[in-house]
Amino acid sequence: MELRKQEEQNISPGIPDEWFVPSVQNQAEAEAVVRPSLSYWKDSWYRLLKNKLAMAGMAFLIILALFAIFGPIISPHSVETQKLTSQNLPPSSEYWFGTDDLGRDVFTRTAYGARISLFVGLVAALIDFIIGVVYGGIAGYKGGKIDNLMMRFVEILYGLPYLLVVILVMVVIGPGLTTIILALSITGWVGMARIVRGQVLQIKNYEFVLASKTFGTKTGRIIRKNLLPNTMGPIIVQMTLTIPSAIFAEAFLSFIGLGIQAPHASWGVMANDGLSTILSGYWWRLFFPTLFISLTMFAFNVLGDGLQDALDPKLRR
Amino acid sequence: MNTYFIKRFIAMIITLWLIITGTFFLMHSVPGSPFNEERTTNEAIQKNLEAYYHLDEPLIVQYGNYLSSLLHLDLGPSIKKSSQTVNEMLGRGFPVSFELGFYTLILAVISGITLGIIAALRHNGIIDYLSMSIAVLGISIPNFVMATFLIEQLAVNIPIFPVATWSSPKHMVLPILALATGPMAIIARLTRSSMLEVLTQDYIRTAKAKGLSPVKIVFKHALRNALLPVVTVLGSLAASILTGTFVIEKIFAIPGMGKYFVDSINNRDFPVIMGTTIFYSAILILMLFLVDLAYGVLDPRIKLHKKEAK
Repeated sequence: MELRKQEEQNISPGIPDEWFVPSVQNQAEAEAVVRPSLSYWKDSWYRLLKNKLAMAGMAFLIILALFAIFGPIISPHSVETQKLTSQNLPPSSEYWFGTDDLGRDVFTRTAYGARISLFVGLVAALIDFIIGVVYGGIAGYKGGKIDNLMMRFVEILYGLPYLLVVILVMVVIGPGLTTIILALSITGWVGMARIVRGQVLQIKNYEFVLASKTFGTKTGRIIRKNLLPNTMGPIIVQMTLTIPSAIFAEAFLSFIGLGIQAPHASWGVMANDGLSTILSGYWWRLFFPTLFISLTMFAFNVLGDGLQDALDPKLRR
Repeated sequence: MNTYFIKRFIAMIITLWLIITGTFFLMHSVPGSPFNEERTTNEAIQKNLEAYYHLDEPLIVQYGNYLSSLLHLDLGPSIKKSSQTVNEMLGRGFPVSFELGFYTLILAVISGITLGIIAALRHNGIIDYLSMSIAVLGISIPNFVMATFLIEQLAVNIPIFPVATWSSPKHMVLPILALATGPMAIIARLTRSSMLEVLTQDYIRTAKAKGLSPVKIVFKHALRNALLPVVTVLGSLAASILTGTFVIEKIFAIPGMGKYFVDSINNRDFPVIMGTTIFYSAILILMLFLVDLAYGVLDPRIKLHKKEAK
């Protein structure tokens, strides 16, 4: 006791005691965060905004969507009207992208092709998403024998050559827009299922899922509320990369004569028509559809890459 | 290794059998006989034709017959070109397609790896951005667009190369270029990212600290490990080159297997469609199998992991 008193006095030699008053701290202020907290999505969004190439891709896709919606409306010509007096005209103020061998307006047809391409890409990606998430989610969550069995099946489908299967199905059920989407969906969801399954397998062992289980949450709710939101990043990336491959597949099929049939316009059909006249010098008939195919696929690819970097910064190089 | 090999082999056979069965029943589920077209023959002749091709027997018997003839590597006769068998068509088309695909793969692998290494070594430099832009473009431009572009520029506008056919090395340049761009771009991107990862590893730092020359570090230490992911995609790249040959052979009028395939689709020549599909699938599955085996041999770490992972 004696010693301690001495020490206390020694601490403040010559300094008045009133200086040693605890400062009045505002508890709320101390806890306040100076930098605004960013959610995962906001953070990713800012990272994406900084990626110029990905933003350029996104801008192009917005323009393309507007073009697909309004192009056929603002154009004075219809998609299918044939005008034999104006065959193979070069681009002009009357026909912005020129005309083809039946006198049809290439601008309107390109815009119409954009509708088909975007529709095929988006619907195929949506179907892949639904089937892939359900299948992969169940396989990953259940694990064990069920997972093993389900993934064996996926492995077999994964080993099949994608376009060959699509071609076969197209041969059997006949060409057309619905059959293209159907054919693309038969094996398309496999990649998505594998990704979702891998993610779920990893996340389901985290503590918050265990906590949820302890509370007696139903399986469906755990998958929907705990697992899926945390796998959303890779799922979105996979979807943006599915879209261009679906668009490519449609153009490819239409190009070899198995896809969209005349008189409907699709970029693949137009490219195939344009190719036969390449020696006659009607360059616009080949140029516009192929330009749009390439730009669209480019835009989706760079956007997908950008999203991958933004959503998964750990992988960033 | 041996049990793994046997397991994979059995899986390969099962996959192939599934494809054969699937193809067979898909093709036979198409309504109508291949002989009722506009210029229909009378009923007796049609009956005879169906008997000749065994189309009058029950489906399951036809399936059995088809399987047993497949075991003898006989893919059956063509329906539309009555004097030819599918085997003859493949025998004529395959060497040409193989040549096209083989050169394409070689070109894609060599140029892709080179591009990827250069990009990785000049990480975030101008060369890196330039070669990666080329790579994204290469992935984005469909091969048939590339082919038409090359024809327009290098055969029509500036007539350096012939427009079509497959008769001399000069004729091969454009089709191979058109087909190789996509796979090359994929390989370049993959090589770059795996090179970048490998270059940050400790053993590379050790090699640098030992004072090895940069050339030796890259080729002897980094590249060997960086190329492993590239090996894994070779199988699926072969698939994309294979399907690519359909359009490329059509555009350049190359008398390969792809041309027969597309023709048979347009003619609804079902035995030919079936035969070529099975042939293609067999090649692809074999490729995937070989790639898997090669991967196991190249990377000793795989063997340990395989048991737990699957």
